[in-house]
Amino acid sequence: MAEVPRVLRSEWTKIKSVRSTMWTLGTAVLVTIALGMLICTLVRVDFGSKSINQQITFDPTNVSFTGMTLGQLAMIVFGVLVVANEYSSGMIRTSLAAVPQRATFLFCKLLVATALVLVVGLVTSFAAFFAGQAVLGEHRAYLSDPGVLRAVIGGGLYMTLIALFSMAVASMLRSAMLSLGVLMPFFFLISSILGNVSATRKLGRYLPDQAGQKIMQVIAPVNDPVPYGPWGGLAIMMGWTAVALAGGFLVLKKRDA
Amino acid sequence: MIELEGLTKYYGDTLAVDHLTFTVRPGMVTGFLGPNGAGKSTTMRMMLDLDHPTEGTVRIDGKHYRQLNDPLTYIGALLDAKAVHGGRSAVNHLLCLAQSNGIPRERVGEVLDTVGLTSVADKRSKGFSLGMSQRLGIAAALLGDPKILLFDEPVNGLDPEGIHWIRNLMKNLAAQGRTVFVSSHLMSEMALTAEHLVVIGQGRLMADMSMAEFIQQNSRSYVRMRSPEPERLLDVLHVEGIEAVAVGNGSLEIDGVPADELGGLAARHQLVLHELSPQRASLEEAFMRLTAESVEYHAHDGEPVAAYAGTQEPAPSGWGADWQKKGS
Repeated sequence: MAEVPRVLRSEWTKIKSVRSTMWTLGTAVLVTIALGMLICTLVRVDFGSKSINQQITFDPTNVSFTGMTLGQLAMIVFGVLVVANEYSSGMIRTSLAAVPQRATFLFCKLLVATALVLVVGLVTSFAAFFAGQAVLGEHRAYLSDPGVLRAVIGGGLYMTLIALFSMAVASMLRSAMLSLGVLMPFFFLISSILGNVSATRKLGRYLPDQAGQKIMQVIAPVNDPVPYGPWGGLAIMMGWTAVALAGGFLVLKKRDA
Repeated sequence: MIELEGLTKYYGDTLAVDHLTFTVRPGMVTGFLGPNGAGKSTTMRMMLDLDHPTEGTVRIDGKHYRQLNDPLTYIGALLDAKAVHGGRSAVNHLLCLAQSNGIPRERVGEVLDTVGLTSVADKRSKGFSLGMSQRLGIAAALLGDPKILLFDEPVNGLDPEGIHWIRNLMKNLAAQGRTVFVSSHLMSEMALTAEHLVVIGQGRLMADMSMAEFIQQNSRSYVRMRSPEPERLLDVLHVEGIEAVAVGNGSLEIDGVPADELGGLAARHQLVLHELSPQRASLEEAFMRLTAESVEYHAHDGEPVAAYAGTQEPAPSGWGADWQKKGS
């Protein structure tokens, strides 16, 4: 039987010995922080011209996470590449010959990648928050304000789940091109379209990213009652991820490598 | 020791491997021979539990692959040399494999040294030539110092020096008492390295015997005669009750009569001979005959065996001579 600590160490060597890890995670960190700061600058300049209502419901915490809409795409690329690179290179046969217990292999790989993403996601989330608040100046929020710490930690959890969901989808589709072709347009376009058109909004709310993003809100927007709270939203996202993981595991177990 | 029992694999409706039963024994190189598409690679993937058999089992020292503790220390395999992540350096590729099976880190340097890749250990394998990738794959196979080694077409893409190196490596590994199982579609390659032969065609077992037995059963010796008066030569032979077969370009092939006797006969009848040469049909031909019916991808014009025999004209200097040397 393959021993879990050994497989974990092996997967850690794999992940840190390819450049795509550095590039994708680095991009996710930079884009999330930089874009968040840019949006915060624009919001601050524009603040006086907003209506009273908009000023009351202004959520400085959430605004500093705006960069995540773009930054999460780099997280998706990371998640997809971690898994799909095994298939595109044929490395999967070498890997499975070394670790024939496929459940051990897959979950050790995902555990190592997820742990790394969790650290990077939390650092990014805190950095994006502090940088964004610094830019917002007088309109800023503080970590000690109610709900803010939860939102900032939630930002890190959200990025982690996006990456893990992408890993699971890539284990099902076994191809980087196919996985990115499904995930990119889904998270960048389809989800926001479904969430912003009133006819489909009720449905769009239950999509993994829309539900998960709820945890980063401190002040709920008006006229948009959502049937779940911040943790409820994250639980919905975890549900999606769990289903995708089960699918990915079944594909790996049943199919020839 | 690898034991296959009734191993069968369907891809959809296509039968790729058809009830294969044979045993690969330690202490010798076993050649696994078959034309392209015969099911060699599929069989090897099933040995490593990468492809699931439709029916039948593979046992490695009596165990299923999945039951092996640290499988790389039991069985090392080179399936596809390009099956590495190109962005990873040679040393990291081997290191992650070593770590997964509890193999000490020093072993990575040792196997890199064995295959001669020490100087490029830190280079990304993307830039490796096919020959270098092949060596890296062999390093991975040797990593766990396994008792059993599988090589799928290991000489593909290697230069003559590399081919020579790998032949010696396989023989040495077998001499150390290990089980070495090598696939090839070239009989000539097997004749130089393998002591035992397993031949398959269209997924079915065609032969499972020692190389010596295979040579004895399949290499036909005959005498080739060529004369400017082929009609008279045929008549003379006919009168003596010797059967001759005309093969294109005016040559005759005679089975079962030694060359000196035929020479004497021609002299007595004052026949001019342009050629009188003892021949041995090549093992390559024997292999072609054996698998002719099972070849999956035929070229369209002509009978494959006849076409081959035609191109086989200057046979004696071919590899047939090599195995004779090896046998002696």
